[in-house]
Amino acid sequence: MQTEEMILPETKVTELPAACSREEEYELVYQRPSTMVDTTMHYCPGCAHSLVHKLIMEVVQEMDIQEQTIGIAPVGCSVFAYDYMDIDMQEAAHGRAAAVATAVKRLMPQHYVFTYQGDGDLAAIGIAETIHAVNRGENILIVFMNNAVYGMTSGQMAPTTLTGMKTTTSPDGRQNEIYGAPMKIAELMAQLPGAYFVTRQAVNNAGAVRHTKKALLNAFKYQQQHKGTCFVEILANCPSNWKMTPLETSHFIDDEMMHAFPLGDIKVPKGDLKIF
Amino acid sequence: METKLMKGNEALAEAAIQAGCDAYFGYPITPQSEVLEYLAREMPKHNRVCLQAESEVASINMVYGAAGAGFRVMTTSSSPGFSLMQEGVSYIAGAELPCLLVNVNRAGPGLGTIQPGQGDYFQAVKGGGHGDYKLIVLAPSSVQEMADFVFLGFDLAEKYRNPVLLLSDGAIGQMMEKVTFGHHEVHISEKPWATVGKPATRQRNYITSLHIRPEEMEKHNLRLEEKYQSIRENEVRYEETNTEDADYIFVAYGLSARICKKAMDLCRAQGLKVGLFRPITLFPFPYDALNKLADKVTMMMTMELNAGQMVEDVKLAVNGKIPVDFYGRMGGMIPTPEEIVHHFENVIHPTYAN
Repeated sequence: MQTEEMILPETKVTELPAACSREEEYELVYQRPSTMVDTTMHYCPGCAHSLVHKLIMEVVQEMDIQEQTIGIAPVGCSVFAYDYMDIDMQEAAHGRAAAVATAVKRLMPQHYVFTYQGDGDLAAIGIAETIHAVNRGENILIVFMNNAVYGMTSGQMAPTTLTGMKTTTSPDGRQNEIYGAPMKIAELMAQLPGAYFVTRQAVNNAGAVRHTKKALLNAFKYQQQHKGTCFVEILANCPSNWKMTPLETSHFIDDEMMHAFPLGDIKVPKGDLKIF
Repeated sequence: METKLMKGNEALAEAAIQAGCDAYFGYPITPQSEVLEYLAREMPKHNRVCLQAESEVASINMVYGAAGAGFRVMTTSSSPGFSLMQEGVSYIAGAELPCLLVNVNRAGPGLGTIQPGQGDYFQAVKGGGHGDYKLIVLAPSSVQEMADFVFLGFDLAEKYRNPVLLLSDGAIGQMMEKVTFGHHEVHISEKPWATVGKPATRQRNYITSLHIRPEEMEKHNLRLEEKYQSIRENEVRYEETNTEDADYIFVAYGLSARICKKAMDLCRAQGLKVGLFRPITLFPFPYDALNKLADKVTMMMTMELNAGQMVEDVKLAVNGKIPVDFYGRMGGMIPTPEEIVHHFENVIHPTYAN
């Protein structure tokens, strides 16, 4: 019962530029994962969402689990994740992805289930659902995109907004005396017994991207073992709302964000290969 | 066939199991916690999922997830908890997910009291959450109907890809009556739209209530309206008692209908020709049937455990043909049949009043 509204956007196949037209002379070293839809994304130039979407879909392709993977999209910029990831997906109400994922996984325990949520969605309105899902040790992966602002609604203060950081709702900079300190969500999740693997990564340089990819791959593999929740926080950028160029956002992540949110594994199962 | 003595809430829970409910998500709240308790005990025996959620907000979103994956799923709550679910109910209606919702209505507003009420009528039938949507609303009036409407509710939900609400109340949920099982058929439909994992042979399925382009959103709205119209045309249910020769009609649903039945008998014993009209579906509301009845009788009286909610629909149905009176109690107070008769006599013979 595919309804008219659910006809998917037309895919676009871009012609190869002239420089690459003699295919036989080149070795193919990189291409879009087959699990990604070939279409134009709505994300702002330089935004990390498209990159992290691709990393997740690379893992799904490499593990050959497209048919067993269900994604849960949030409310926020990545609400349209189902336009890009070529898997069955559900779009959850704001903050409720972990509850939706709980039900999907409980009913289909052999499937791979992940949520993809931003900081407003997960750390503010959805913190209760997130904490309880992790505490129950739901065998899901939660991908937490922390860019320190509400992106979709144009840059309001989030629970993860850095101290002193100016946003549209903290025009003089976030004051901890009024709003508390930026919430260290990964550390909070690691406290819960149901959390099996908790890490914080970034994607603002090639090395960081490789680490994030490894973390996501590990998280999907842990899900096979039914050991508990995997939580991968990713420091992301928001060029439009930070009012920076993509390059400047990369420096900001290195110079500012990583001080508030240090990178690295926070909870790793004993005996497993550490990422760092 | 098997006849048991059961509480309404337990009959409902047992019916859910027999109707092939794959998953139940709930949160404790009086007067419906027996459903969660019963299913926490019984569902694992059938290898089904029963999970006590951290809140009604979580449980309704678990229902969304399970329904989106194509499973038969139910949640139950009572008024304050059901209010908390309204956001999720709107999403479920928007995404057209079949599921069974139960509100064992208590008296409000706010925390109110745990005693029975019917103050959630507007929320149930006029859209408790945001946006234009409709639930199919069934109003059980006995423990047997608490069970029967679970089977019917799941079938209607799947037939129309629409959430179904059983609007019960604290008395029907808590009272014990005999209830018969074994005569129900279970019809589980195919759900090719469900998110069960995308094989290479089809496009991906996704569940969403988002249509960001106004043209598409309106198209979706219009399609929903078409569906609701089809429900209006095909699913109206009601029960008439002694309406053939009636001069007066009592209109009541659920618990109120039971009390009105006794009040009707008392009136008939005095020679007053009173009939009873009991809407079973509150959406779709039996407007046409009531409108036709209005040609034959001189007056209708609606009785509800609220300040007067369904009476607005009765007036719409009657459309000014005859007077429509209302009698209600609130706060968990339940009128006696004699009290209803007394009010009715005062209305039809005001000169003799007191």
